[in-house]
Order: sequence, then structure tokens, then C-alpha cells
Amino acid sequence: MSKAPSKVTVATVWLDGCSGCHMSLLDMDERLIEIAKAVDIVYSPLVDRKTKDYPEMVDVAIVEGAISSSEDIEKIHMIRAHSRILVALGDCAVAGNVPTMRNPYLVKDIESRAYIENVNVQPQVPDQVVPKLLPFVRPIHEVVPVDVFVQGCPPSADTIYFVLSELVAGRTPDLTQRTRPGA
Amino acid sequence: MATAVRSRIRTLKIDGRDVSAREDETILELAEENGIFIPTLCRIEGLSLVGACRLCLVEVAGMNKLVPACLTYATEGMEVFTDSERLRNYRRMILELLFSEGNHICAICVSNGKCELQALAQRLGMDHVRFANLQQERLVDMTHERFVVDRNRCILCARCVRVCDEIEWAHTWDIKGRGVDARVITDLDTPWGESDTCTSCGKCVRVCPVGAIVEKGRAVGEMAKRHDFLPHLAKMREAKK
Amino acid sequence: MIPQEELAKIASAEKEKQSKFEYQIRVCMAAGCLSQHKDQIKLALEAAVKEQGLEDTVKVKGVGCMGLCAQGPLVSVEPGNILYEKVSPADAAEIVAGLDKKPVERLRCDNQQPFFTRQVRVVLENSGVIDPENIEEYITADGYEALGQALTEMSPAQVIDEIVASGLRGRGGGGYPTGLKWSTVAKAISDRKYVVCNADEGDPGAFMDRSVLESDPHRVLEGMAIAGYAIGANMGYVYCRAEYPLAIERLKQAIRQAKRLHLLGESIFGTGFNFDVEIRLGAGAFVCGEETALMASIEGRRGSPRPRPPYPSDHGLWGEPTLINNVETYANVAPIIRNGGAWFAGIGTESSKGTKVFALAGQIKNTGLIEVPMGTTLREIVEEIGGGTTTEAGFKAVQTGGPSGGCIPEKHLDTPVDYASLAKLGSIMGSGGMIVMDHTSSMVDVARYFMEFCMSESCGKCIPCRVGTAQMYNLLTKIAKGNGTIRDLELLEQLCDLVRSTSLCGLGQSAPNPVLSTLRYFREEYLAKLVDTTSPNGKTAPDGHAS
Repeated sequence: MSKAPSKVTVATVWLDGCSGCHMSLLDMDERLIEIAKAVDIVYSPLVDRKTKDYPEMVDVAIVEGAISSSEDIEKIHMIRAHSRILVALGDCAVAGNVPTMRNPYLVKDIESRAYIENVNVQPQVPDQVVPKLLPFVRPIHEVVPVDVFVQGCPPSADTIYFVLSELVAGRTPDLTQRTRPGA
Repeated sequence: MATAVRSRIRTLKIDGRDVSAREDETILELAEENGIFIPTLCRIEGLSLVGACRLCLVEVAGMNKLVPACLTYATEGMEVFTDSERLRNYRRMILELLFSEGNHICAICVSNGKCELQALAQRLGMDHVRFANLQQERLVDMTHERFVVDRNRCILCARCVRVCDEIEWAHTWDIKGRGVDARVITDLDTPWGESDTCTSCGKCVRVCPVGAIVEKGRAVGEMAKRHDFLPHLAKMREAKK
Repeated sequence: MIPQEELAKIASAEKEKQSKFEYQIRVCMAAGCLSQHKDQIKLALEAAVKEQGLEDTVKVKGVGCMGLCAQGPLVSVEPGNILYEKVSPADAAEIVAGLDKKPVERLRCDNQQPFFTRQVRVVLENSGVIDPENIEEYITADGYEALGQALTEMSPAQVIDEIVASGLRGRGGGGYPTGLKWSTVAKAISDRKYVVCNADEGDPGAFMDRSVLESDPHRVLEGMAIAGYAIGANMGYVYCRAEYPLAIERLKQAIRQAKRLHLLGESIFGTGFNFDVEIRLGAGAFVCGEETALMASIEGRRGSPRPRPPYPSDHGLWGEPTLINNVETYANVAPIIRNGGAWFAGIGTESSKGTKVFALAGQIKNTGLIEVPMGTTLREIVEEIGGGTTTEAGFKAVQTGGPSGGCIPEKHLDTPVDYASLAKLGSIMGSGGMIVMDHTSSMVDVARYFMEFCMSESCGKCIPCRVGTAQMYNLLTKIAKGNGTIRDLELLEQLCDLVRSTSLCGLGQSAPNPVLSTLRYFREEYLAKLVDTTSPNGKTAPDGHAS
């Protein structure tokens, strides 16, 4: 490993979510500098990466968003296999949240609504590039084991700071009474 | 009886603390008097007790069954435990079951931040739900001029049924079906807006602990509710009977 | 109003009427046998008797259940103690012609087999013997004698003492001492008290109460009237599920007949004791067998349970003290009063007195209704009386107690049937359903089947039962389909504990029993179905959906 051994390697991942949790992460403002001293972001939609691939092993994977598509399933298995601690960040990752609101409807009806009914030019359901939707949107822990659950839509910057500080210190953050769904 | 019955006094222990009680006081009332927190959802002051949510179950020394604090009266020498590890696990799991039953997406609920279920989830440390959602679809009724009932957010505490029957004396609300198919209905399961028993008093809105029965036109997090009117009204109704 | 001597007169008149006939042909008219040819067998026999000119010497009579339902329709001939099985209307002429000659061998059913000889009949003593639609026949068989005895010779306290001495315990499932229950309600002070008979039999595979009501309805009414006298009640309700039309019909008829002879109604036996019985029909909700839900339903409200205390003995129907017992419990009362509590206590075991009726169902040869002394072993019931399994696959488990009970494996078959022993095995006595399973049955599927039943029968009032049963069902489905992980199994076990410990009523509290007992004896079957049994903290889980 080229990294200094003292630094904690962190990956952040964005699945089916609105990116609000990542925005909240950035909301840590000047505390980001402090965190950066102890943390190495090795994979994230927020940073420029030298490689497109997920590293062989990261210490902490922070995942935003629910599991909605075949691609999400593949990704989350890959992430779980290559991460020591998996943090579900925000209500979509923890509980499915807003993306699950499509669950009462059939996938073909949703696709038809999105790609055919409301489209004027070349209405068609894509069968390439866009990953296949799963029948139900699910939270991450229904697919792979999750180590830390951070509720909130989005979780506040303070909460995220607390979680990262605890993880950097080698502790499992105890979020009892610190978080709640929805806020 | 012509004269008031004198109530006997009991002494007992709650969580190791000595407390005294009148014989007609429940463990829940005593706990509240003494600043001991016991979670509740179906109970609301001023309405009859149903013992349905099972969140207020407590342990009593010498009894192998858990008892609902809201319906169990103080007895002499009783030793009550309200906050064991076992009870905490049960309470969290009961909340998980509730969350898994319907749509409890707080982020887009008018009661976000003002919801008893959400507050309990935070207080009791429910950080995720281990059960897959039951994926039920229940009817949302927006036919009433001023109110909405979203049954997907309903936790079947039956407060609306009780307040409508016991205080408003209208009995517009009731419950239909059983098991996970049970749901609150207005009249004989006809649209709320067409109800000829509903007086549009809005008491059901005010006692609903979640975002199931709400006022129209509220945005996310706007639906604050107050039910401090209830105990007074309940007393007046009692006197009228 | 009839004095007690009148009973004897009715009995002797009836006896004389019957003695005119040389032969009695008894045709089972209970639901099991009727389901095959309706009343056609009885009609064909009557026609054959007429055709052969034997109307004066041969009596064709409809009777209640003879027990061996698997071989039905059953017909018996007295005297001669001849039993015919799988009778069809076409056999009528041959049976009648063979009366004073040779019995029809091809239809003979061996009534010396253990199924018949090993039984001890107290509750079912009249079943298959008397015509349930004829009160005179019941009176001939000592019917209403116990009621007369209680009203004219005993004080209410003496009646209760006799019940206490008998050691009778509730036959509906809980096994609460009947004498204690009676004395509790008797003690309650109120102008108005009620007697309720719980005939809301709802366990899958159970048909004891139905059979008793169809075969000997007066026995239940007599038991209720005696109970009414003992506790000081003048009104009784039979709460029967509407799915039992024949039982209801016979019960209605029995009430009419008893009122006509003033054995129910005002001033029974001229003693000034009034007792009336009405029937209330349940609309097919299993939970209405729970006593507080049952009372709510009788009162015309939604049938959902409420927390106890207060118990019905203190705060029952319309707030008044109420005695609730099950059909079989009341059916035991008259013989106890007639023969004395000590006689009854002489049957059975130390802690479980008397006999118990069981409905044998499932993969067992002798499907039907049996009555055995408490303490009979499961092996005797299954292998000897029941004749063993029907299939090659061999015995695997017997399920007792319905959806509230558990599955008992082969190694525990020598357990005597009594309240305590069955509870120790993680099952319950229950109301008497016994379902036998062979090795082709998957125990995960069995648990899932019962959980589906509990889920759809939960009233929905309390959260642990309403959502807990649905989630247990989903987890069992996931495991049964081969998509479950060890974490799902752990979650299922935690959920079983929650639902058992926190549900409001007995339905929820006992709903996990089929899962817990199959996990206890057949855990390897669950493990074999898991995707990943080794690592509780495994890094992957399957992609399959939860249900």
C-alpha cells in the first residue's frame, strides 16, 4: 500500500438516492480539513480518481441510496466484499425511503410512464446501458450485511462528522437517540 | 354510594424506587408521576384504554408474564421493572414491526418532526428495520372537505375510533377486516366526504399520533397536533352521562 | 313443568316403544358420513324395510357419530353388535335381508379392533347409539337425570363440590380447573350472571365439538343448566360457528324439545329454577374462540380480545359475572353429577382426570373421533387406535393443539397424554385435534402452514400478533423457498420470542408454538434449507426477495 498506514481509507458510493447525503457530507465545511488529515478518500463521486475501479480493500465504505437496479446489486456485493466496515448513510440506504415509493407499481408500468407515455420523441424502453430495475427497491441491509446505520434525510453534517470521527478513532459510533428517520 | 369512597394507599417499587400509590392508579400513571418514562402509543389521556400497542409492557417480580402498565393497578409490595434489556429489545422490535407494516417514510410526511411514532423510534434507538416491508397498498381517502386519511401511514392505534365514539359521540370511525388487512374506515366503509355521521369536528386529526389523519393543504413537517383538550372534554362527557 | 318422576315415565314409554322392534338399524347421521350420500342411506334402508314388510319388527334410526369416519358411511345393527362400513344406498336391501340370517360379510367392519376396544366413552357414551333428534331417547339413556338430581337433591355448593372432586379441567385448551372456575363465578355477587358454551371450534383438523353437538346435543344443554344452577345464572348462550349448520340445527331442535318438556325454561322440575339457552352464531373468526373476543361477539361488537384481568368470572357478558366453558367440558358434567366426582377422578392420571376426545386426522389410517382416558400414550393413540400411518413413508410427527400447539416427534411417542406432559414437550393438549404426519411432510412447510393460519386469523388489534405473524410467515416462506440465511433464522427465533411474550391474547401468545416445536425437534430441516448456514456475519446474502 502506498498510503501511510495511519490513514483510514474511505470510499463513498452513490446508489439510488438524490445525492443529498453526499451534499450533507460536504456540509461539514471546515471540518473536512480536519477529517482529511486522518482519512484518505480512495473512491467517491465527489473526488477525481486515478482509477475507475474500487480498491482491493477499503477500511470504510459509506453508501448513500437504496438498491433499485441490477447494477446496484452488483455494486453492493462488490463493495461489501472489498470493505471492512459498511456504513449505510441516510434513509434511502437505511430504509429505502423515497425510492421505495415506486414499490406498489409494476416495473413495466413505471417504465412505460417514464419512457413512453411522457415522451414525444422516439418513445421506447431502453434495453441497453440503463440498468434493469428490480421489482422492489430495498434498503442495503436486505441485500448485504451493514455495520453502521446512519438515519436521516439527509443525516446532518454534525452526525456525519461524529460517525467519521468515531470510525477514525477505531470505535463503532453509537447513534442511539442521535438520529431519527426523516431528519 | 352517598359519600366518596376513600381510596387505599399502596407502597411499591418501580425500578428500585419506593413509590406510593392510590389503589386506583395504574403503573403507567405512577411512573409518569415519578418521572419514569414508559413508552406508549395507543394510550391517550381522556380516552378508554385498550392495551393494544404493547409498548408499555413491564416486568413485575414474581409474575412470569409481562403486564401492560396502562392497565395494571398498583398492589402492595409490587416490584416493577420498566427498563430491562429484554423490554428495550421488545419495544424496539415492536416499532420495527410497525415501520415494516406500512408507509412510514418520514422524509415526505406532513407530520415529520411532530410524530409520536418517529419520536419513539428515536428515543428507543431503533436505527433500522430488520423486517422487509409488507408492501401493502391501502386506500388514501381525500374526499373530505378539510381532512385526509392516508391509511398507509396508519398504525391502527384506534384513537380516532375511540375519540369519535367516546367524546364526539358520532362513531364515524371504526375498524374493518382483520390481521394486516385491518384498517380504519368511516361509516360502513364509504368515502369520508359522503359521511352523514361525521361532524367534521377534527378530533380524530388531533389525536392521531402519526401522519395518517391530517388536515388538507399541509406541507412536509407542518402538521402539528395538540390533544390537551381531551381530558377536559372527557370529564364533561362523563358528567353528562 | 314436569316432576322428576315424569322422566322415568318418558323413559319407560320410550323403552316400550323400542322393544316392539326386533332389530334396530342405526345409521350415522353426523356430518362426516352424511357428506357422502346425505340421507340417502337411511331412506334406502327404510324403503327396503317397507319392501320386505318388516316395518313392525325393524326400526331404522339415525344416530350420531360412531367414530371411525375413515370407513364411513357407517351403519350398525342391534342386537348382534354388527358394524357395516362404507355403506352405500345400494346395499340397503342386502343389509335388511341379512338381519335374521347372515350379516353381509363384504361390508363388515371389525368392531373388535383396538380402535373400538381401547376407547373409554364418557362424553361420547351416547354418540352413535341414540337418535340426537329425539329427546325421549336421550332421557332413556339417563338424560336430564343429573339435572333433576342437582336441582332437587343438591345445593349449588354441593354441585360445585362434586365438580371440584372430579378434577375436571377445561377441555377447550387451557386446562383451567373447572370446579375452581365455577366456584369463582358462584362467588361473584350480581343479580345477573351468564353461562356461555364455547362451540367456536376452529383448529384445522379438529371436529370434537361439532361431533358432540351433532350426536348428543342435549348432553351439552344439560351440562349448561347444571352449571347455571351451580353459579346462579338463568341465561345461557351457546356460541357456535356458522360453519356447523347441522350442529346448529340439532342444537336448536334440542332446545325446542327441552323447553317443550320444561327441562329448560321456567321453574325446571318445579323447583323455581329458571334457565334459558340461546344460540349465537360466529361468522367464522378463529379469534372468537378466545373468551373475551367471544363475549364481545355475543354482545354484538367486533370480535376482538381485550386484556385480562378483569376475567369473565368477574366482568363478563355485559359486564356481569360469566362462566365460559367449552362443549366437551359441559358434556362431562351430567355423568359427573350422576356417578359422582370420585368416579370421574378414578379415570385418568394424577393431574389430568377423566377422558379426552381427540379428532384423528392427517396421514393416519383410522381417521375419526376417539375418546381415551387421560394418560393414554401418544403411541397407543397413533399406532394402536389410529392404526398407524397410511403411507409407506412412516410416522414422522403428530401435531396436537392446532395452531397453538406443537409437533411431537417419534422419540416422544411414549409420552402419556395429559396437560403437563404435552406442555413439557412444547405442545399443548388443546381442544383435541391430532394431525399425524409422515416423512413426506416438510416441517418447515408445516410451521408455515400454521403461521399462515394465525396470520389470517389475527384480529389485528395488537401489533406483535398483527404484524409479527405476517413477518414470521414471510421469514418461513423465505426459508422454505431456499432463500433464507442464518440471519433470517435468528430473526425468526427472536420474533417468536417477541410474539409469544408480548401479544395481547392467547392466539398471538401461542402462534409461535408450531415454529418453536418444529425448530426444537427438526432444526436440521430448517438448516438444510438455508443458503448460508456457516457465517452469521457473512459478507453476502442472496438476491432473492423477502417473500
